[in-house]
Amino acid sequence: MFRSLWQYRHFIISSIRGELKGRFVRSRLGGLWFILHPLAQALIFSIVLSEVLKARLPDTDSPAAYPIYLLSGMAAWNLFSEILTRSMTVFIEQASVMKKIAFPRLCLPVIVGGTALINHLLLLVALFIIFIFLGHIPGRALILLPIGIVLIAAIGFGLGVILGVMNVFIRDIAQVMTIMLQLWYWLTPIVYPANVLPEKYSFVIGLNPVAPLVALYQDALLFNRWPNPESLVMPAVLGLLSVTFAMIFFRRASPELIDVL
Amino acid sequence: MTVLSVSHLSKRYANYASSLERFAGWFGAPVKPTDEFWPVKDISFSLAAGEALGLIGQNGAGKSTLLKLITGTVRPTEGTAHVGGRISAILELGLGFNPEFTGRQNAYHAGGLMGLSQARLAELMPHIEDFAEIGEFFDQPVRTYSSGMQARLAFALATAERPEVLIVDEVLSVGDSYFQHKSFDRIRSFKAAGTSIILVTHSLGDVRSLCDRVILLDKGHVLKDGSPDEVVDYYNAMIATKENEKLKVEQRREKDGWAFTRSGTFQVKASTLELLDAESGEPVKVASIGQSLVLRLVAKAETDVSRLVLGFMLRDRTGHIVWGTNTWHTQQALQNVKAGEEIEFQLPFTCTLGQGSYSFSPSLASSDTHLEDNYEWQDNALVFDVINATQPFFIGTSALDARFVIRGVGA
Repeated sequence: MFRSLWQYRHFIISSIRGELKGRFVRSRLGGLWFILHPLAQALIFSIVLSEVLKARLPDTDSPAAYPIYLLSGMAAWNLFSEILTRSMTVFIEQASVMKKIAFPRLCLPVIVGGTALINHLLLLVALFIIFIFLGHIPGRALILLPIGIVLIAAIGFGLGVILGVMNVFIRDIAQVMTIMLQLWYWLTPIVYPANVLPEKYSFVIGLNPVAPLVALYQDALLFNRWPNPESLVMPAVLGLLSVTFAMIFFRRASPELIDVL
Repeated sequence: MTVLSVSHLSKRYANYASSLERFAGWFGAPVKPTDEFWPVKDISFSLAAGEALGLIGQNGAGKSTLLKLITGTVRPTEGTAHVGGRISAILELGLGFNPEFTGRQNAYHAGGLMGLSQARLAELMPHIEDFAEIGEFFDQPVRTYSSGMQARLAFALATAERPEVLIVDEVLSVGDSYFQHKSFDRIRSFKAAGTSIILVTHSLGDVRSLCDRVILLDKGHVLKDGSPDEVVDYYNAMIATKENEKLKVEQRREKDGWAFTRSGTFQVKASTLELLDAESGEPVKVASIGQSLVLRLVAKAETDVSRLVLGFMLRDRTGHIVWGTNTWHTQQALQNVKAGEEIEFQLPFTCTLGQGSYSFSPSLASSDTHLEDNYEWQDNALVFDVINATQPFFIGTSALDARFVIRGVGA
């Protein structure tokens, strides 16, 4: 399975290039949108939440702290949700190619994952530029960010492929998941800090495998704190399990996948 | 040497009570499908190197599924398709192209999707550019292409390297006739070099001109496997049968090699069909160029029919239609023919055909297509030869009234 992916590496790379190109080609500002999108998002949330609702981050008084907190968490979440939602629908989108050309189908989610990762790296560069303007330079904890990237990508990819295969047979899955993802987003401390939650709800965060990874981003990019290693055990185990199961599930489903597309 | 061998190939599409049952089935749970459908059932054939096979059949006969099974995108439920070498399938032109990439980038991109290495593609690139003949557009984004240009690029890429097996599914109808000819030439040269070809088309003329052999599929089964003229005529008769359950089809191969096919309800039958010399009225087996001839047919109605149309089709030895029309087009359709009535049709004409063997196929029907009410359709019912006794040698099926005019136009 992996050797055939290697054989098709040029196709995968050129597909990723095509996806990125397709996103910005023929827009006047081109790649600048990488910075403008998150900036606008952070600006809106900051104004609404910190100015209108007078929300303040505990432990810090800097006015820039909240937008940075927000941008870090959103970056982590967007990577997760992009890989998940795109893997979930990629088989249906590419149905005609899959039906008519013989090639390793696993290329498709790999292209999705690769595109999201490169997008994410560009976004991180954009965030750095924004942070510098806000007068904030992330500290040493930044070197742990790759752990967060790998685990988020693994969980997103694993779940995405499993749900993507199921979605070919039961098309409601993608619909349900878009709603579930909204809920999931609000059950993750991205817009609000974890400690504002009432005690009786904090178990929800404990069950949420994405929460520690979002926290890792916030720690690395804002607080310059080392993450609690224990909190990463659950996401790591889940990431490994979901990718392994996704591979097995995909293999078993492969012969019938085309039949219903 | 056998390049492709398909044995007992079958495909089942299954429905389950719920998708969960289907998922459980992948992991070994004993689940039974609630209903199943076999688009391809127990098909076996083999292809030798350089052999061209035409695949015909109505929509839903299983042609596309069979091609996908051979190509490998769809996995067989039973049986195997063994390919000895590289297989290239053109099931849809321009598949996998990215509209933002230039033609060249797309050739690398989609070429990679087809499994060619980048190094090999770099070697082939000049040939692809050359064959596509789209000039400067080769380095423009594909979204600026016309559909014909896209087809040119796609075909050039798909046939850049000669495969052992080439599968072409109804894609050659796109593009202008110049490129169609060029594409067919390339397919022919592949064939000559030893590539086995499977061609799916509704253009029965293409089948006759390119294929050595034709398989007619119906409801997932092989209905007929044989020479092009035989199978194509059978198919035509079968189309009529679909429209009218009372139809009968009979087919045999004559001693002279022409396949005779007869089908219809036989409410009206041709009792006599003969080719006569216009002056003497004697039957003609061998005509010479320039001779005045009369084709004579006598039809007898067995039952009352509201309208009767006679059509004639003239074919050459390869099955190409040289000429054909019917009394519907000439506005000579007969109305209200009574049972027992006998009608004589005469078609006087001058033999302006080239040297060779020809056949007339008469049809008696109620309108201009034999699909509505086919009383009697006979393929190659009357066979005759044309010899050139009067004119300088020429090739082709038409004796054009043409002469060279030669003069000097300068010192």
